[in-house]
Amino acid sequence: MSLIAITEVKKRFGDVEVLKGINLDVERGEVVAIIGKSGSGKSTLLRCVNGLEMIDDGSIMVAGAQLINDDLHLKALRLKVGMIFQQFNLFPHLSAGRNVMLSQMVVKKTPAREAEAMARRMLERVGLGHKFDAYPDQLSGGQQQRVAIARALSMQPMALLCDEITSALDPELVNEVLAVVKELAADGMTLMMVTHEMRFAREVCDRVVFMHQGRVHEIGPPEEVFGNPRTPELRQFLGAQLVV
Amino acid sequence: MMTFTLWDILRNLLLAARWTVVLSLVSFVGGGLLGMALLYLRIGKARAGRIFVQGYVELFQGTPLLMQLFLAFFGLGLFGIDVPAWLAAGLALILWTAAFLVEIWRGCVESVACGQWEASASLGMGYVQQMRYVILPQAVRVAVPPTVGFSVQVVKGTALTSIIGFVELSKAGTVVTNATFEPFTVYGLVALIYFALCWPLSKSSQILERKLNVAHRDH
Ligand SMILES: Nc1ncnc2c1ncn2[C@@H]1O[C@H](COP(=O)(O)OP(=O)(O)OP(=O)(O)O)[C@@H](O)[C@H]1O
Ligand SMILES: [Mg+2]
Repeated sequence: MSLIAITEVKKRFGDVEVLKGINLDVERGEVVAIIGKSGSGKSTLLRCVNGLEMIDDGSIMVAGAQLINDDLHLKALRLKVGMIFQQFNLFPHLSAGRNVMLSQMVVKKTPAREAEAMARRMLERVGLGHKFDAYPDQLSGGQQQRVAIARALSMQPMALLCDEITSALDPELVNEVLAVVKELAADGMTLMMVTHEMRFAREVCDRVVFMHQGRVHEIGPPEEVFGNPRTPELRQFLGAQLVV
Repeated sequence: MMTFTLWDILRNLLLAARWTVVLSLVSFVGGGLLGMALLYLRIGKARAGRIFVQGYVELFQGTPLLMQLFLAFFGLGLFGIDVPAWLAAGLALILWTAAFLVEIWRGCVESVACGQWEASASLGMGYVQQMRYVILPQAVRVAVPPTVGFSVQVVKGTALTSIIGFVELSKAGTVVTNATFEPFTVYGLVALIYFALCWPLSKSSQILERKLNVAHRDH
C-alpha cells in the first residue's frame, strides 16, 4: 500500500478551482519531484497533504489513515508528515537547538533531556551541531533551512513535504541544503518536493510529476519526463528552464 | 487676605498628584488585566467572543472618555446606587484603558508572520500550544513599546476625572487657583508635574522600541 494516496483531490479558492482532481500515489521511501509553472497548484497540493488547506473533494490517505479535518486527526497526520517551507519559518525567539526541541517537548511530551539529545543528533545530521545555541538571525539562509529540516526530522515523520526549499536562498547556499536532502533520500526518507532545481530532480528523484492548470499533466521517471516529454505543455515548460 | 508662597502651592499640588499616580496605576493595571481577558476572547476561536469584544472596543473607543465618566458617575446614581467619585473614575478608566490595550495587543498578535502559524501547525502543535510557545512570545516583544506609550494617555486621561469631583492634580489646580487667584502659576506648575510624569514614559517607550528593534531576541 502507498504511504501517501491522493485520490481525485479537488480544491477551490472562491470561484477558482486550483486543483481539478489530482491522483498521485507515493510509495514508502520514494522521492517525488513536483514541477510546473507558477500557479499550477504545486504548493496547494503539498499544503493539502499536510492539512494546511482543506480539500473540497476526493481523499488523501497517509499510511492508511484518512485525512479528516479535526484537531485530533490533523495532529496525528502531522506527526507522520513534516513540512519544510520556502521561508524557513524558524521561531526567531528561540535558539536553533530550542527550535528543534520545542515541538518534541510540547507535542510529544518528550522530557527536555531526551529532546535536547535528539536536537543535537538532528543538528549534527544536517551539519550544524556547533550551532545549537545560535539564534536564527545569526545564521545564513542555508543554515536556517537546515535547522528547519532538523526540526522536522526531530518529530520522526514518515515523509517530508518540501515546498521550494531552496528558492529563497542565495545561489551559493543552495547546494548545502540540497546535499542534506540528497542524504535524506539516500537514507530512505519519503519525500515530496516542489522544486525548480531540474538537475537535482533528475539526479535524486524516483519520479517527476509535471503539474499544469491544477492537474497532473505528466508523470514518470526523470529520464522519461526530462528526456522524452510527451505533451507540448511540458516541452514548453522545460524549454523555458535555464539548465536541464 | 492670606498669601501663599510658591512652596505652599507646589506642596498642595504634589499631594494631589499622588492621586493622579494612584488612579493611573489602578487604571493601567486593571485595564491591562481586563485587556488580557478581552484579548483571549478577541483572538479566540469562538465567534461570539470575538463579536462581543469588537462591540466593546467600538463602544469605548467611539465615545469620549468624559461621557463614560459621566455615565459611570451619574448613570449608576439613577438606579439609586450611590457611586463615590473615586469608584466611578477608576471603573470608567479601567474599561476605557482595556478597550485600547486589547486593540494594540491584537495588532501585535496579528503582526506575527503567518508562516509561524503554519510551521508550528505542521509540527503538530494545537492552537493553545502555538499561542503559548510561538505566537505570544513574539507578540509580547512587539507590544511593549506601544503599551508603555499608551500609559501616557492613561495619565492624561485621569485629568478628566476632576470634572466628576475626584480630587487629583487637575482638580487640585482649580481649588488652589480659587484660593490664590494665580491661575498662571498654578496651572503652569500643574502642567510641569504632568510633564514630569509623562515624559519618562514616552521616552522609555521610544528607547524600548529602538532596543527591541536592534536585538530581535533575548540572550
Ligand atoms: N489562500 C489562497 N486564496 C486564494 N487563492 C489562492 C490561495 N493560495 C493559492 N491561491 C491561488 O491558487 C493558485 C495556485 O497556487 P499555488 O501556490 O498552489 O501555485 P504554485 O504552483 O505553488 O505556484 P508557484 O510556483 O508560484 O509557487 C494560484 O492561482 C494562486 O493565486
Ligand atoms: Mg508555490
